[in-house]
This record gives sequence, structure tokens and C-alpha cells, in this order.
Amino acid sequence: MATREQRSKAPLVAADGTPLKEALRRSQAVERRRAFALVAPLLVFILLVFAIPIVAMIWRSVYNPEIREYLPQTAAALSSWDGEDVPPEAVFQAMAADMIVGVENRTIGRAAARINREIPGARSTMMRTARNVDAWSAPYREKFLEADEDWASLEFWHILQRESRLITPTYYLLAVDYEYNAQGEIAPRPEVYQVYQSLFFRTAWMSILITGICVLLAYPISYMVATQPVRIANLLLILVLLPFWTSLLVRTSAWIVLLQQQGVINELLVWAGVIDTDGRLRMIYNRIGTVVAMTHILLPFMVLPLYSVMKTIPPSYLRAAKSLGAHPFRAWWSVYFPLTVPGLAAGCILVFILAIGYYITPALVGGDSGIFISNLIADNMQGSSAQLKLAAALATILLVAVLLVYWLFNRLVGVDKLKFG
Amino acid sequence: MNDLAAVKSRDVSLAPAEATERPMVLFEEVQKSYDGETLVVKNLNLSIARGEFLTMLGPSGSGKTTCLMMVAGFEAATNGEIYLDGRPINSVPPHQRGIGMVFQNYALFPHMTIAENLAFPLSVRGLGRAEQEKKVQRALDMVQMGDGSFHGRRPTQLSGGQQQRIALARALVFEPELVLMDEPLGALDKQLREHMQYEIKHIHESLGVTVIYVTHDQSEALTMSDRVAVFNDGVIQQLAPPEVLYEKPENSFVAQFIGENNTLHGRIRSINDGIARVELTDGESVHALAINAGPGERTQLSIRPERVEIDPDESVTDHTVTARVEEVIYLGDHIRTRMTVAGNADFIVKTRNRLGARRFKRGEMVRVGWATEDCRALDRGE
Repeated sequence: MATREQRSKAPLVAADGTPLKEALRRSQAVERRRAFALVAPLLVFILLVFAIPIVAMIWRSVYNPEIREYLPQTAAALSSWDGEDVPPEAVFQAMAADMIVGVENRTIGRAAARINREIPGARSTMMRTARNVDAWSAPYREKFLEADEDWASLEFWHILQRESRLITPTYYLLAVDYEYNAQGEIAPRPEVYQVYQSLFFRTAWMSILITGICVLLAYPISYMVATQPVRIANLLLILVLLPFWTSLLVRTSAWIVLLQQQGVINELLVWAGVIDTDGRLRMIYNRIGTVVAMTHILLPFMVLPLYSVMKTIPPSYLRAAKSLGAHPFRAWWSVYFPLTVPGLAAGCILVFILAIGYYITPALVGGDSGIFISNLIADNMQGSSAQLKLAAALATILLVAVLLVYWLFNRLVGVDKLKFG
Repeated sequence: MNDLAAVKSRDVSLAPAEATERPMVLFEEVQKSYDGETLVVKNLNLSIARGEFLTMLGPSGSGKTTCLMMVAGFEAATNGEIYLDGRPINSVPPHQRGIGMVFQNYALFPHMTIAENLAFPLSVRGLGRAEQEKKVQRALDMVQMGDGSFHGRRPTQLSGGQQQRIALARALVFEPELVLMDEPLGALDKQLREHMQYEIKHIHESLGVTVIYVTHDQSEALTMSDRVAVFNDGVIQQLAPPEVLYEKPENSFVAQFIGENNTLHGRIRSINDGIARVELTDGESVHALAINAGPGERTQLSIRPERVEIDPDESVTDHTVTARVEEVIYLGDHIRTRMTVAGNADFIVKTRNRLGARRFKRGEMVRVGWATEDCRALDRGE
């Protein structure tokens, strides 16, 4: 007896004397390596085309190298400027040197364009001075001030100093409708330029609305499908999944045909005398269009997790609850509904996260009042007025918002309780 | 089967004696069809007395579960009326019937603890918390799970047998007068099943509730019931206490379905004073009790294996027929001998393994015999 106890206390060893844990680890090494080899291609793929681009995007949204790159000496000289008065000779000297290099390398235009984005009109001042600067000699300060009075503008130098920082929050400020004012303080943009904040809120509440409508539509459907015999259930599921099998564009165009002012529904209503022809309903190219079309597209993502959870709930639970004296509604609320929460939660998070980043449907049927934040992200990525960094900042905010929703969801429901099927 | 009789110590005449009172459950010409083409339950008339333990026994698809579901209210009778304690209940929804029910797979609510499961029927009835706790504790004590360690657990953390007990306790906790059980022991292993049979029986006896129990396991039905209704093809084939069912089956289906049975085919030549003379297929002639076959008709003779004697004294049996021994199976307490009798090669004889019992050899020719009252001439069957 005593020997057996001693044996159990000492670390177990394999037949050859190595500790058992070590032996086990060694014997499983091949298995582990094979498992890793199986996932390695996907891992590399995800890393290359998903993880790295996202990091690059986030980096791009705060990275501000132009001034430093094109006007390196000026940036260095400005770093010790106190901002009280027109900068000292050293700054102008640095500016002159940067301009000479810039003209030689043909980068001066880029620097001017970058500054022009902050101070409209600054480009011409820069370019004019740069053409003459190689004829000048020290001291430069007077010559600059003589050539153009804009060089005496404190605002210009403040902005230049601010933009010579490598990391800037400018684009995030823009993305939430704030900017630096003339005094260098963070202030709301003029009201005519304010678009993003309200668009973020609109995207959020419309996504919540779409998720809510999906729940209301999908719950009864799923219950019906889940309680049918397999043969009928499969047929019904195919009908639910039918939208998956048609192209997004086809589906969206179908909604245009249905909902537009000369469309099927309006014609029917006019024909039936419900509305007269001047009072045709606007149901598309606005929020209604976006909500209707997106609800239709996202509905299967709600039905499938709900259905797969409901299918596993035996009908005897409801019967048991009723036989124990519970009114059918009480039986449903106390027994059936709590058991469907994992599916409901999965459906909600799936639909909401898909909706909040949706692009194509709002773009096609949203008009002005029904577009989402992703449509403006796309606008900022194309055309001559492209502001890739602003787009990156907007996209990063969207990403953080989604992660926040996910985190909140995990706190409230628990991701481990999710059931997608 | 012998030890079964020892376990049962109840008065066989109990059910008929109370039948004059108002029955707990009364089926009156009940019919049920799911598709409008075939009847699953055909014209059922059944009266179940207060305090009775009635088992509906039958193969799957015989209509027994449908009958139970009609009492519970989950299926509507296509025709006829069901009375609960004298009150017609066809239009009463399930939750107002006040009937306890134990389901085949227990149907314990997985998101509630054991205590919450048991308190559910009490809380929907609006009982106070203190009273709920008292009743839950009493119900748990009744199924011997009241030591406090189970209250906070979830159903999935219990074994099958424990879940079974909880389901039973939950069906009883709100003190219904009628409890329905739908194959409640089907998912348990044999040993546990037998143990639970006795336990359910004891609870029934101590509470005095009426139980309708559905099963396809005939030994379960015989062990527990006051009366057994044998269902087949939507019809009650026989409604009788277990002893009668086993010893005096009224038709060939009951004889085959309950216990082990030897069948001999033949034709009734004549009937005298309820004793039929039957000519077997091999030409031998035997006597049997005429039950439900008339003169000139083909018949199935039913003889229980333990009532057959091998090479008997003339005093014990009325006559003998020849038999060839095909197989001898040693089972410890008894010996089964398979023989060919009148063309039937599956004729089983059970003999007690007593001191000096004779062992037969394969191919040996013997005489087998039985008392006339142990041999019943039934319908020809399928």
C-alpha cells in the first residue's frame, strides 16, 4: 500500500525512464506538425491578404510623411519655433534650401499640393516663390516677406508646423466632422461640411432597424420550418435560401422594378384607387428602399441560425410545459424562447455586422437619404478628390465599432453560446 | 414469470369493484384519424377507475400513444368524447386539464436547474415561494433525490435514471389526480428499468393517483399494472389484470404478444361443453378450451412453455403427442428444450432444473402433454 502511494506521488515515467509528459509530448509532435501543415496555407493567405492590409490601412489613416519628406529642413527648423511671431531667419533659410532641392527633384509641386489641402491658395504662393528662390541669397526672411505677404501669415506657419508631425489625428477628426481651426484648436467643422457623424449614426440605427425587422420576419418562419416534416421543411428552406442563389444585382434591380414610382406597387395602388397618380409613393432611392432591399437580402442570415437551433428543440418541451399547467404563451416564453436565444443572438450579430458595412444595396437603391457610411468610404477612395487617408480613417472607425459590438455581445450573451448551425 | 407473481400483492378484483363509481377517465366511442383515410384508434370505449394503474400495451403504431396524447390534450379525438372525472375534456386545452405527464425523453427544461424545473408547474399556478420550496423538497424526497445536492444542477448533469426520477417528481409535484406516462423507462438500461418499475409502483400505491402508462414492453406492463389494455391495430384486444392476460389470452394476438407462447395449428372438429377437439396439421388430435373459434374453423392452439410436461404421468395430462428434441438450452435455473411438435419446429418446453431432471438429446423422440385447460383454441391469427 505504501509503495503504491509513493509511486503515485512521484512524476510518472515512461518505460525508458523519460518523464511521461515529455514522452507524450514527443509522441504527439508529428501529429501537431501535421495539423499545423494543414492550416499553414490558409494562415499565410489570411496573413498576406487580410491581416497585413488591415494593419496597413490603420497605419495609413494616421501616417503623415509628406511635409517631412518634401520639406525636411523646414520641418526640423520649425520644431523649435515658439509660434508667437513670424518664424526666425533659420526657418526661412531651411525653407529656401528645401525649395531648391524640391525644384531640382521635382517634388516641390507635391509639397505645395499637400499644403494647399490645408490652406487653399497656398500652392501658388509656394510655387511662385520656389521659381525665384535660387536667385536669392541670405538673409532670406526679408526676401520671402517682400515676395509675398502670405509668408508673414502666422496661420500658414502654424499649419505647416502641425503637418510636419509624422503621426496625425487629422483624418480621424475629419471622419467625425471635426478639424483644427485657425488657432490650432480642435473644433467642429462648419455645418455644411458635416456629413460623417450623422452618417455613422444613420448607418447604426438603420442596421438596428434592419436587424429588428429580420428578427420579426425570421422567427415565425424559422419556427414554422423547424416544426414541419423534413420533406416540407427542406422545400421551405430552399425558398428561404433562394435569394442566395440569385445575383445581388438581380435582386436589387427586382426591388427597383417593384418599388419605383412607375413600378409595380405604385401602379397597382393607383389602379386600385388607393392613391392618385400625383400621390405616387416614394419607396426607393431613399431609406425605405435601403431597408426593404437589405432586409430581404439579409433575412437568410437570420433564418438559418434560428432554424438550426429550433430544430434541436424537441416538441415535447412545449408539451411538457403545457401539461404542467402553463398557458401556451407562458410555455413559449419560459421554455421555448430561452432555448432559441443562442440562435437569435447569432442571427442578430451576423445581420447587424453585415448590415453596418453594407455597400452595394445602399449605393443602388439608397438615393441620398439611404446611403451608408461604406458608400462614403468608397467615394473617398476613387475619383480626383480621393482622400485615401480619410477613407482609411472612416474604415478604421467602422472596424472598431464592429469590434466593439462584438465585445459588447460577448459580455452580454457570450460568444461560446452562439450557434450558427 | 414466477417471481412476478410474488411481487404483485394487489387485489385483482379491485378494478371491477370500483367501476360502479364515477371513472377517472372515460373514453366513449373515441376514434382518431390523422389522414382521413385510416383510423389509428377505432371506436375505443374504456373506463379507468380512480386510483387505478392502467397500462396501454402494444406494438408501435397500435394507437396506444395516440390515446394517451388525446387524454393529455395534444391530439384531438376525431370522433367521440373523453371524460376526465365526469367532465368532457375535448375542448379543454392541455394546460387546463391538470394532468401530470412523464415524457419518453423526460422533456426536462435544459436551461433551468432541477429546482426550477420542479417549481415550474407551481410558479405557473401562482404559488408563493416558500410553498414552492416546500413542495419541491417533498417531491424530491419522494424520488429519493432530496439531499440538496441536486437542486442547483442542470438536467444534463444528471444520469438517465436521475433525470427519469426528476421527470417523475415534476409530473407529481403539483399533485395531479391523473398521471400519464409515455414509455418513461424506454431509455434506461435493463437493470435500472426494473428498479424504476418498482419505484413507480410504490409511488403510485402511496399517493393513490391514477396512472395511465404506455409501453411496448410486456414484462413492464405485467409487473406494474392493475389492468393492462393490449392494443393492436387501433383496437383493444384484451383488457384484463396481468394474471388473466397471461393465463387466459382471448385471442391469438394477445397470446403471442404477452409472454412466451407455443403455437400449434389445426382445425376444430367439434366442440363439447366448451372443450374443442382439434385435429392438428400432422393428423394428431388434441383437446383444448374453445375460446374464439367455432367448429370447422382453423385455429391456433396456445400453450405456455412452462405448462408442457415431457413424458408425463397420465394423471397430470389428458393426452400426449409425439415430439422430436431439436435443441437443449441450459439456462441455470431452468432448461429450455426446443422440439418439433405437429410440424412446428419452434415448440419450446421449459423445465425446472431440479435434482435428477432428465436431460434430453438432440433427435430423441419423446411424448409431450398438457392439461386441457392450459391449451386454448384461439382464432387462426394472421
